[in-house]
Amino acid sequence: MENYSLPPKQEKSIWKRSKRIIIALFVIALYVWTFVGIDIDWGRALERVISNFDRVIPKLFSPDWTAVGEVGVKIAETVLIAFAGSFMAAILAIPLGFLAAQNMTGSKILATIGKWILSAVRAFPDIILAILFVVAVGPNAFAGVLAIAIGSTGMLGKLYSEVIEAIDMKVVEAMEANGANKIQILFYGVLPQIIPEFLSYAIYRFEIDIRASSILGIVGAGGIGTMIIFAANNRNWNEMGLILLAIIIVVTIIDFISARIRRKIV
Amino acid sequence: MTKNTTGGGKTPALYPVKTKVQITIIFFIVLGFYLFSMVWTQREMVGGLGDALGNMLVVIEKFFPPNLEVIPKVWGEMAQTIQMAIIATTAAAILTVPLAILSAQNVTTFKPLYYLTRTLLNILRTIPDLVLAVIFVGLFGIGVLPGILALFIFSLGILAKLISETIESVDMNPLEAMRASGGNVYQVIFFGLVPQVLPQFTSFVLYVFEINIRASVVLGLVGAGGIGLVLDQQLGFYNYQNAMAIIILIFVVVIVIEYISNKLREALI
Repeated sequence: MENYSLPPKQEKSIWKRSKRIIIALFVIALYVWTFVGIDIDWGRALERVISNFDRVIPKLFSPDWTAVGEVGVKIAETVLIAFAGSFMAAILAIPLGFLAAQNMTGSKILATIGKWILSAVRAFPDIILAILFVVAVGPNAFAGVLAIAIGSTGMLGKLYSEVIEAIDMKVVEAMEANGANKIQILFYGVLPQIIPEFLSYAIYRFEIDIRASSILGIVGAGGIGTMIIFAANNRNWNEMGLILLAIIIVVTIIDFISARIRRKIV
Repeated sequence: MTKNTTGGGKTPALYPVKTKVQITIIFFIVLGFYLFSMVWTQREMVGGLGDALGNMLVVIEKFFPPNLEVIPKVWGEMAQTIQMAIIATTAAAILTVPLAILSAQNVTTFKPLYYLTRTLLNILRTIPDLVLAVIFVGLFGIGVLPGILALFIFSLGILAKLISETIESVDMNPLEAMRASGGNVYQVIFFGLVPQVLPQFTSFVLYVFEINIRASVVLGLVGAGGIGLVLDQQLGFYNYQNAMAIIILIFVVVIVIEYISNKLREALI
């Protein structure tokens, strides 16, 4: 009689198995800590939501069209903040990207330092940067531009360095062998390989920055966020409805355009 | 071409003239738009850029040295922040499964339903997390719950999209083979679909958890619980040194959690 049983399972090493167990225990401990630690006042929340529901939700869906002019100006400002910030970041990230790419600097230490700088920058949420810049340059849109610029540099620099590390080094070597100098190698060997992807990432980051800059106003850094916080404080939910609509429309349009451009470039 | 081959000494241009002109025009449009946005965003600034940059150094000095003594006092809030992110990520990870299946083209063959969920998720993703938090604070009052809900809704949008794309890229051949050799629906799902999706799923959940940690530290700015609330208060009282200590704490926690999450992801895949 033939044997129809499954083939024997691969023997897992003790190390692999114990690693899994450790991770599982860690996760369970995390959940216990979370659900013991958190306290939500369900009764009060329920009470509030019952009394507030009619005052908030229907109004969000009937936007206050009289504010259309003001919202238009502010959303345009949001786009400008995001654009100026992304542009600055796209430039600032280039030297950092080259610094963090090991095949360009040639030394592991420099590349590691570059990577550390970039991840340190990335760890700051945009809003925290905005708070710092609002204190530094005052509550205006330029604080938002600076926050977006610094915040985006971290991510763009990392993506740039990955692009640079992935280039075809044979081209560079061939040019070196033919006696090209550093500048020539950079312009004819490296740049043509990286520019399309750099551009594509910069445009992608602009998409993210549109979302980010729409909330910077909450801490006073200009853009539509200023109106969000006013509308919420005044419980003007009709206006909030219009603001939401404006954000949804602008973000969708920019995402659409940026996706088309990126598909064309790469 | 002939001009170059007859030994004019000129190398042929790398790109055609038309492309060059196009790129130059686009470049100047982008640059012009940038200059315009710089002017526009600085128009409300008193004293212009020069003053602001000078002022910046003076103000930044106020943040130093950070008053590290506040850190033990804000542990509770920091823990709350992390707990909010954990709860929101878990809830989103569970609820994303049906949503992702509904918005995966190869599973949901009923087109209108697919387009409906896709559109809803796209709209959901355009709303920033803090705006959601503002609305939920309006609904539920100040506290942890609106923060968790905002994070939950926001991460649901991202997760469902990422996971539906994973499901769409699944290799359907093993599933067909299982069906052909007599596997029932559950067997096909558990032995055919789940092993293909699970590693990606965990990786995405951890990724969204990282995003949520970053988002949850600032939710308090609009009253949705966590460490942001303390930060906002300290800034309101012009206690810049305390604020700096809190910012450093946030920074360290974000880096540590990202490191752990990266290690977990590597171990799981």
